[in-house]
Amino acid sequence: MYPKSLPYLLLLPATLFLVLFFLYPFTLVAWQAFTTDTGDFTGEFFQEMATHWKFNTAMLNTFLLVLAVVPFQMVLALYMATLVNGMTRGRDFILYIWTIPLGISDLAAGLIWLAIFEQSGFLNSMLHGLGVIEQPVGFLGYQNKGTIFLAIVLAETWRATAIVLVILVSGMGLIPKEYAEAAEVFGASRWQRFIRVTLPMLKPSLQTAMILRVILAFEVFAVVVALGGTNLPVLMSEVFTWQYELRDANVAAAYALVILAISIACTLVIMWALRVPKGARV
Amino acid sequence: MSQSTQTAKLMVDGPVHGRGPWHRYVFTGIVVLLCLWVLVPIYLLVVNTLSSPADVNAFPKRLVPDVNTESVRFFLNFAGVGQALWSSVKVATLTMILSILAGAPAGYALSRFDFRGKGSFRVLVLMTRAFPLPLLALPLAVMYIRVGLDDSILGLALVHTTLALPFAVLITYSLFSGIPIELEEAAWTLGCNRLEAFQKVILPLVLPGITASAIFAFVISWNEVFAAAVLTIENRTLPAFLLQGLSVAPLHLKFAGGAVLVLPALIFIFLVRKYLFSMWGIANR
Amino acid sequence: MAEIKIRQVAKQYGSTHALHSIDLEIADQEFLVLLGASGCGKTTLLRIVAGLETATSGEVWIGDKRVDKLPPRDRNIAMVFQNYAVFPHLTVFENIAFGLRMAKLPQTEVDRRVTRTAELMHIEALLKRYSGQLSGGQRQRVAVARALAMEPEVLLMDEPLSNLDALLRMEMRAELKTVLAESKTTTIYVTHDQVEAMSMADRIAIMNKGEIVQASSAVEVYRNPAAHFVGSFIGNPPMNFLDATSAGEGVWNVAGVQLKGPVSTQKKLQFGIRPEDIIVHQEGSAEAMGDRPSMVATVRVLEPLGSHLLASCRIGDEILRVVLDSDAPVKPGDELRWSPAPDRIRWFDPASELAVA
Repeated sequence: MYPKSLPYLLLLPATLFLVLFFLYPFTLVAWQAFTTDTGDFTGEFFQEMATHWKFNTAMLNTFLLVLAVVPFQMVLALYMATLVNGMTRGRDFILYIWTIPLGISDLAAGLIWLAIFEQSGFLNSMLHGLGVIEQPVGFLGYQNKGTIFLAIVLAETWRATAIVLVILVSGMGLIPKEYAEAAEVFGASRWQRFIRVTLPMLKPSLQTAMILRVILAFEVFAVVVALGGTNLPVLMSEVFTWQYELRDANVAAAYALVILAISIACTLVIMWALRVPKGARV
Repeated sequence: MSQSTQTAKLMVDGPVHGRGPWHRYVFTGIVVLLCLWVLVPIYLLVVNTLSSPADVNAFPKRLVPDVNTESVRFFLNFAGVGQALWSSVKVATLTMILSILAGAPAGYALSRFDFRGKGSFRVLVLMTRAFPLPLLALPLAVMYIRVGLDDSILGLALVHTTLALPFAVLITYSLFSGIPIELEEAAWTLGCNRLEAFQKVILPLVLPGITASAIFAFVISWNEVFAAAVLTIENRTLPAFLLQGLSVAPLHLKFAGGAVLVLPALIFIFLVRKYLFSMWGIANR
Repeated sequence: MAEIKIRQVAKQYGSTHALHSIDLEIADQEFLVLLGASGCGKTTLLRIVAGLETATSGEVWIGDKRVDKLPPRDRNIAMVFQNYAVFPHLTVFENIAFGLRMAKLPQTEVDRRVTRTAELMHIEALLKRYSGQLSGGQRQRVAVARALAMEPEVLLMDEPLSNLDALLRMEMRAELKTVLAESKTTTIYVTHDQVEAMSMADRIAIMNKGEIVQASSAVEVYRNPAAHFVGSFIGNPPMNFLDATSAGEGVWNVAGVQLKGPVSTQKKLQFGIRPEDIIVHQEGSAEAMGDRPSMVATVRVLEPLGSHLLASCRIGDEILRVVLDSDAPVKPGDELRWSPAPDRIRWFDPASELAVA
């Protein structure tokens, strides 16, 4: 017994909020990207964006980062999740340690790995101590794009595998153990049980984790700036540069739309690739 | 033999790590290695933070600091740091309050009622996951100038709330769903109206979980850098402040700043650790 | 203490009818059991009386007050839930006192009532514990004590024993019956367990597909099922049904034998007989030679159940279950000569499925 309006009343603040600060700004950003100050429709901002010498590099770098980081950390997190599930003692403690990076921002992660990779950093100190090098190496110098890239991949993997781990561990917790036991009775080996029972049942969690990570990976920003400065432009850092330094909100908006389009496309592809038929869920 | 009884207890079993002591050692070794992978980088940041500025910039470095608070003091006394810290706290607190105030009622409605438009609302919430939310700051920067919210704590907190709100909705939804509706109904038959039943029965039971999701919202805001950097100039939050100084600030300032950024997040995650997994378990669906 | 009147109560969810115009009166101090399979609408009806759900149409009266527009708290009812709904954050004492505190009773009265109902339910020793420290049976007792402490006009119970194991269920059944009889509270009790229903109820209302098919005493619903459904739902094993075709006025042909039956314009009826009302004629005995018409059935399966032997037999395409003596000398494949106890035969209209007098 409740008034029909009660659920709507309860949803009202959140809905208003999302409309005002989520849906509306996205129409604004599209508007900004496609119209001049006088309100005429134009494609010039996209042209300006695409013909800028950094655009292709930023696009390539971003895609390479996503491809290097996301698959690696999905597999790593999956492996860590199965390790955790194999534990009888100390499970909570290990899980706590492994999820620590969850609370660490991308900027902080960048700074943490800067301590390792910078010229007078710990990596150089260690290599020096081992007698491998005489003089510190400028791993993050503009001439060493490869090591900058590697440092970013490590920092991103280090930081963002935790969220995937959390999603997968909770997803595994939802799978009743009887299924694996049934498979065992029917003669499936450990590996077969993992591939044929656990993984398919984990699909919804894999999907969530994958979407979340891919989108965040396309948004990669502070880690890149912290470790590479302007040496390794990515899409998000270009947005920031156009908005903040070049003071051209329209081109920044055009960039934003590109990131948005890529994100949505990836989401759809992942949803399709990891779809679970209705009625086949746990 | 004891191994097989152990595996029977597991929820799901992994692909490898079978029987025998040999596997046990490999297993333990890998677990320890992965713990080091997580902890060592943090330790190194701590070493840098607790070294004197001279040591931070020296080469080669030692792995044990001689515990010197000079870097930290330098950072805390650096112009603008105090204000940035204070701005961060204000924005994060405001984000926490806003996202719970708007998110918890929605979570409650989703868990308790069936109504038209419920599906659409869920889609709206889940859709936020497919969008790079910090980009919202771009159009909002323009809008804020018009309504006088530019470079304000509230303006930034509103954007951060957009980031935290979907989590707050989904987490509170799972919290409320975890409480049998019969408890509420029992309270109604025992003389409570809806509000009293909520206060006397539901609230005491969800309060720890709500606190956890509030802390989660706080961390989301505390860590966010892009929107903060775009939307604020005078009222920079700590991440925005550090980002701005990346190319110019001395190393010891960066590392001390990083440590200050990491510390509260670590404490918060420790506080909400119990809820992390149940939160995501339901939020997946 | 009050009577309950349910008048033309209907409930629709979208296009599905959960309840079709229910009419039911429950007398003051009566113990009425709503019995039916899951999904028959019994719990919905109970929740409408409680005020936890709103009827699409119809009226509910408690005493001389119409309550169907009132929230649960204003109906003077108390309810025991299937999962007990013992508040986990409160002690047993505070659970029992919850409603009394809401009613702002003075502390001395709260103490008195909590102590009394706790003694009644034998949980005095548990008053300081929390729900998590109680067993299922103890929680059940707390839930009943909490309801009784309210001294309500009407007590509503939704499958209160279904979460207990079999032995505990039997124990609680007897105990609840005693306690509720003493409290003299009008009670509606929902269950899907016919044994529970028959052992506790003053009157059983049997529900099927959103309708009350029959509301009578336990003996009455067993002996005189008002519909085919009641005969097939009540009793374990259920009533046997055989096709009957008209063979002249008041005479019906059942399995090749002519039986006297009701006068009807119908061409076909259904003949019903309970398994224990079948008389088996020993081969060659004097009884077999009596003037009663006897039918033949072939034994298919025998189930020795200790107190008796259950034989599932075939007559043509039809199945007949017969309760035999534990040591009856039969084996599968035997032919059984039998006849129905004449005063226990019931007839049903196959179209309306209702009993024919």
